[in-house]
Formats: sequence, C-alpha cells, structure tokens
Amino acid sequence: MKDKTYVDDVDRSVYDIRNEDKDSYRIREGLDRSVVERISEEKKDPEWMRQFRLQALEIYNKMPLPDWGPPLDGLDMDHIATYVRPNTKMAAKWSDVPKEIKDTFEQLGIPEAERRSLAGVGAQYDSELVYHSIRREVAEQGVVYTDLESALLGEYGEMVRRHFMKLVTPSDHKFAALHGAVWSGGSFVYVPPGVSVEIPLQSYFRLNAPGAGQFEHTLIIVDEGADLHFIEGCSAPKYNVANLHAGCVELFVGKGAKLRYSTIENWSKNMYNLNTKRALVEEGGVMEWVSGSFGSRVSYLYPMTILKGKGARMEFTGITFAGKGQNLDTGAKVVHAAPDTVSYINTRSISKSGGVSTFRSAVTIGKQAVGAKSAVSCQSLMLDSQSRSDTIPAMDIRTRHADVGHEARIGRISDEAVFYLMSRGIPEEEARAMIVSGFADNVSKELPLEYAVEMNNLIRLEMKGSIG
Amino acid sequence: MSERLLDVENLSVSVDGRELLHGIDLHIKEGETHVLMGPNGAGKSTLGYALMGHPRYQIDGGQILFRGKRLNEETPDKRAKEGLFLSFQSPLEVPGLPLSTFIRNALEQRRGSRIRLWDFQKELQEALNLLQMDGKYAERELNVGFSGGEKKKAEILQLLLLKPSLAILDETDSGLDVDAVRTVSRGVEAYQKSQKGALLIITHSTGILQELHVDYTHILADGRIVKTGDASLIGEISKLGFEAYTGQEKQQAAGGGV
Repeated sequence: MKDKTYVDDVDRSVYDIRNEDKDSYRIREGLDRSVVERISEEKKDPEWMRQFRLQALEIYNKMPLPDWGPPLDGLDMDHIATYVRPNTKMAAKWSDVPKEIKDTFEQLGIPEAERRSLAGVGAQYDSELVYHSIRREVAEQGVVYTDLESALLGEYGEMVRRHFMKLVTPSDHKFAALHGAVWSGGSFVYVPPGVSVEIPLQSYFRLNAPGAGQFEHTLIIVDEGADLHFIEGCSAPKYNVANLHAGCVELFVGKGAKLRYSTIENWSKNMYNLNTKRALVEEGGVMEWVSGSFGSRVSYLYPMTILKGKGARMEFTGITFAGKGQNLDTGAKVVHAAPDTVSYINTRSISKSGGVSTFRSAVTIGKQAVGAKSAVSCQSLMLDSQSRSDTIPAMDIRTRHADVGHEARIGRISDEAVFYLMSRGIPEEEARAMIVSGFADNVSKELPLEYAVEMNNLIRLEMKGSIG
Repeated sequence: MSERLLDVENLSVSVDGRELLHGIDLHIKEGETHVLMGPNGAGKSTLGYALMGHPRYQIDGGQILFRGKRLNEETPDKRAKEGLFLSFQSPLEVPGLPLSTFIRNALEQRRGSRIRLWDFQKELQEALNLLQMDGKYAERELNVGFSGGEKKKAEILQLLLLKPSLAILDETDSGLDVDAVRTVSRGVEAYQKSQKGALLIITHSTGILQELHVDYTHILADGRIVKTGDASLIGEISKLGFEAYTGQEKQQAAGGGV
C-alpha cells in the first residue's frame, strides 16, 4: 500500500506570528455600563456617540443570542476584552509605526501591496488604526479616506452622524447592538460625485491581543456617479482563548455610482466572526461584493444589499472554505425595493476534514419591484465524507412580474478526475488542489491579481496533507 | 534492435473483486506500435487503466515492468514520470482549470523544473497547428463543453507536448468523423516519428490504423490475449470479425488446449 498522510491543521506560520501583548491599555474583561463609558471616554466621543453607545448596550442586554446558526457556546462575553489600544498613535508615515507592529504587517505583505497597487491603505491593530495613508493625487480628487474617529471629530462629523448605524441598527441583532456599544477603529471613505478612483483602497485588520474583541466600523459613501474599489483583509494569530470579531460595514452607493467591496478574511481558528455588512444602492447604482472566507472557528456572515433605486444592481461572488473545527455559516441577502432591479448571487463553498459550511441566501422582491431579476447559484464541494455542506435558500417574492432563478449543487471531488490529472504526472495532492482552485476560479478571477494569488496560496495551504 | 520498454508478465487484474484480466503477457519495445483489438467487454480498457495505475484496478498477480523497473506499486503520477501516457476514452472535465495551465503544470511536474512561458507557448502553438485546433482551446477550461472530437484532440495535444515514451490510446478514434480521425492520426504519426514513441492502440475499429505503421496486433477476448500477429491480422479481423477468435478461445477453455 502507498503511504497516506493526514495532517489535522495546516501551517499558517505567516499569519500565526504573535507579538507580545504590549498594549498600552486593555479594558477589563466583560461588559457593563462602566466599561462602555470608559471606552467612550478613551475615544473622546462626542456626546451623541456616548448616548448612542449606552442605548446600544441596553439593547444588547435585552436581546437573546441567535439560536438558528452555529453554536456560540465557546464565546464567553464575560471574558472578552472589548477594547485594547495598541501602544502607539496613528501614524501617517509607515516609518513611524512601532517596529513589532510594522514587522507583522510587513510579513503579511501590506505595505508592499500599497507600494505596488493601492490608492490608499489603512491598518488596524487590535482596537485602533495604527496607520493610514492615501495617495496625494487621490486626495486631490476630494476623496476622503481616514479612520472613523478622525472623521467623527472632524469636518465630516455630521456626515458620519447621518449615516452611522442607520443601515445596520443596534436592534438588528445582538452583535449589532454589541458593536454599537463598543465599536472602535475602522475606516471612513467618501468619494465625491463623479470621481472615479482608479486603483483600490485597502484596510487591513489585525487582531493580536488574546481574548479580545475587534469591533471596527467601516463607513463608505460613494456619491452620485462615483466609482470605488475597496479591499478589506483580516487575520489574527491563534490563541487558545476565543477571540471575537463583530465588525460592521455600511456602504452607501449613490445614484449611478459603483462600489466594489472585496474581502479576504483569514481569521485564526479560535475566532468568532460575527460580522454585519450592508449596502444601500440608489437608482442605477451598482454594488459588487467579492467575499472569501477562510478563517475563524464560527462565522455568521451574510452581506445584505438593499436595491432602493430603480435599475439598481448587485452582484455577489463568494467563497467559503471550512476546514477542521470550523463552522462557517455564510451567504448573501438582497432586497429588491424598486422596479428593474437586478441581483446575481454566485457562491462556492468547500468543506474538508469535518468542516461545516452552510450557505444561506435570502432574496426579497417587494410589490413595487416590477421587472426585477434575481439569480442565485451556489455550488458546494465536500472533500471527504466527514465534512458537511448545507444550502438554505429563502425567497419572498411579492410581485408576479419578476424573474427569479435558483440553482444549488453539492458534490465531491471525483476520483476519476484526480486519476486523470495524476496520469499526466501531477501528484495527488497537487491534483486535488488544482481541482479545488478551479472550483474557486469564479471568485479568484474577480480579485486583483495579488489577492487571487494569495487566495490560491490559502487553498493550497488548506489542501496540504488533505489526502486521507 | 530496440530496447525493452514495457513488459507485462502474467498480469491478472480485478475490479471490485471481479477478475477481468487473466494472465496477460505483452512486450513492447521502444518505438514499436502495437494494436490491441477485441470485442466490447474483453478487458481492453481495463488493461489501459491497470497499466496507468487506476486505484480501482487491483493487480492480483504478475507484474508490470517499464524499462525493467517494476511499476506495480507506483502511483499514476510516478508512472507518467517514467514515460507512460494514457489517452482517455472519456476525458474528464475540470471546471476552472485552463487546458494550457494544466499541460504546463504537468510538464513542469515531469521535468521537475519551471518552463519559460515563451518556450511553452511556442511548443503549444505548433501542436495546436498540427491538430488544426484554434488557439482559443488552450485557454478553455479543461474539457468543459468540449465536443467528443475536441476532447480527443485535446488528448493528442497533451500527448504531443508531454512526449511520453509509451502512449496507450484508448478508443481515441471512437465517435469521430472521418476528418477528425485523419487529424488525430496525423498527431499520432507525428508522435511516432518525432519521439520514436511507442504506442499501444486500443480500438475496435480499423479507421485510425489505415494511416499508421503497425508492428504487432493482439486480440484480447474474455480477459486473455488469444492471438498475436503482425499488421496483416487487422485485415483478417476486418474480414472474419472477432467471433472466429473468441470461439477459438472458448474451445480452448473447454477442451483444455489445441
């Protein structure tokens, strides 16, 4: 018999470099009014924000945990530090970022990516942005890219106030309420009317502190006829204690504007990723999501798009890869609230070594959305018999004048296809990785080249030792 | 004259516990072209798969030697690296994997080193031209949406680029129209000549053989090679059909030998 190898966990060494926890301030674990007040004080919130946080806390205390998704037993809110400030101030020059934080991001290739192909970069370390920069020519077009705190206190304060948690309200669900109470960090982007940002902006979120939560808030406003591509990357080293990510993303796409929002999420496998993302699209606007979920122990992630204006469109392309010990519940939601709106959801999910991957979609077509079109397609690939894959589509159609389609396929890697590739001289592990990469191709081809390469590397990393 | 290439000795093969090949002997030297014919279900494809190392095809007895090296326990990729190639009767589809990426990757695996894109493109283009294939095929997803004929051409394209020393062609001519058979034959002929490549052509028709030089012909029936001859045997089969030989086989089995 030939030797078979079986490796439970993959080498994530680049992502797993942890720095000594040298934060200058770490709030005590648990959550109560004094903790929230303390965070608000630390962050020098305007009064309305302080009130907002306290109200959100009240909602949080009243709301039950979700009981319809993956178990959250491992998450003990009494032992999560909701605010960890790194030992630095935000820097506008990379050289001013403290060395050990800088080294972490260097290892992850962040500044390199900026030099090569980005219009601006933000890097968040634990609860605060440590670096933010935007190319001069982009800033000169009137594009604003800054940390949310600066925006809140500066000339865009009123704009932030008008939009902050208006799409995702604290009463949405328990973790939205939690986010409202303890949010910290994140980015604010404003693209003025008619401005087209040719190269992407990127934010990178890194959670270094063990047993902590990250609650960054991303607010993007793309005004009429403007165009932006925003990229978000996330990672964390692995600890034995649970970490929590309950970020919130609110996207406003103006009339005739276009926003592409790409995420490659690679949290460590002790992370509870309970992230909420939502977009509002005005008449003729276009929202494109590209979403890759690789990390975390548990994910609840269903980016939602509200097609508010006539002829608004959205396209969601996603991939989820659930390995050993992971339970990833992902999907997409769309609300058609105007005539001639179009949505297209196309996802792939892969599960391996006992991983569980669930795809949920929710398509709502209102009475007024005459002539709406929606197509949902999801394909799942299970790499072994211990893994699970489920598809839960929901549709609520209130008009007879809509064109709606749904397609789901669940399959396994065919042994015949593996044999076919091997017969050409390709080793088994490589053959399987090629088949999985091919399966994920619809997503990788939507990504900028270097991210597509990273995604393929992640797949290869995940596939290593998967022959069993 | 030539070196020994493939020596199959008393090979028995079973699938899911059922023995399909019973003591096959077959010897192919470098550059030789052998034809394996026989009725449906005789075990022709089984032999191809077993030689290539399909995990479902269990070797119960005998051995496969390639240049004197025993291959019985080797995985398909190792066998490919030794110089074996199998053109599939029904090539598999792999969505998202472009044909050219696949071939280049396979070449790099076999050579153990990277190949410059420019060099690869040049070789690829030559092979595409020979097979009258549009350059677009190379960028299409492997076999996805290919017609029967396109799939077979893509197999021969791989043969030309991977340059094995022995190619097993499993029903490469089946389901092809006359023109496609001619194009495929041209590719196979180019392989024969340029690499001095040896061939084991599995077929139950004679179309593809008209334009190729053949050294030996074997008839496989009920999992046994019942007759071996030279190229003239093909003509004989065309006239008499397989029944004459399978009948003989049955008599042998019943009567205990001639």
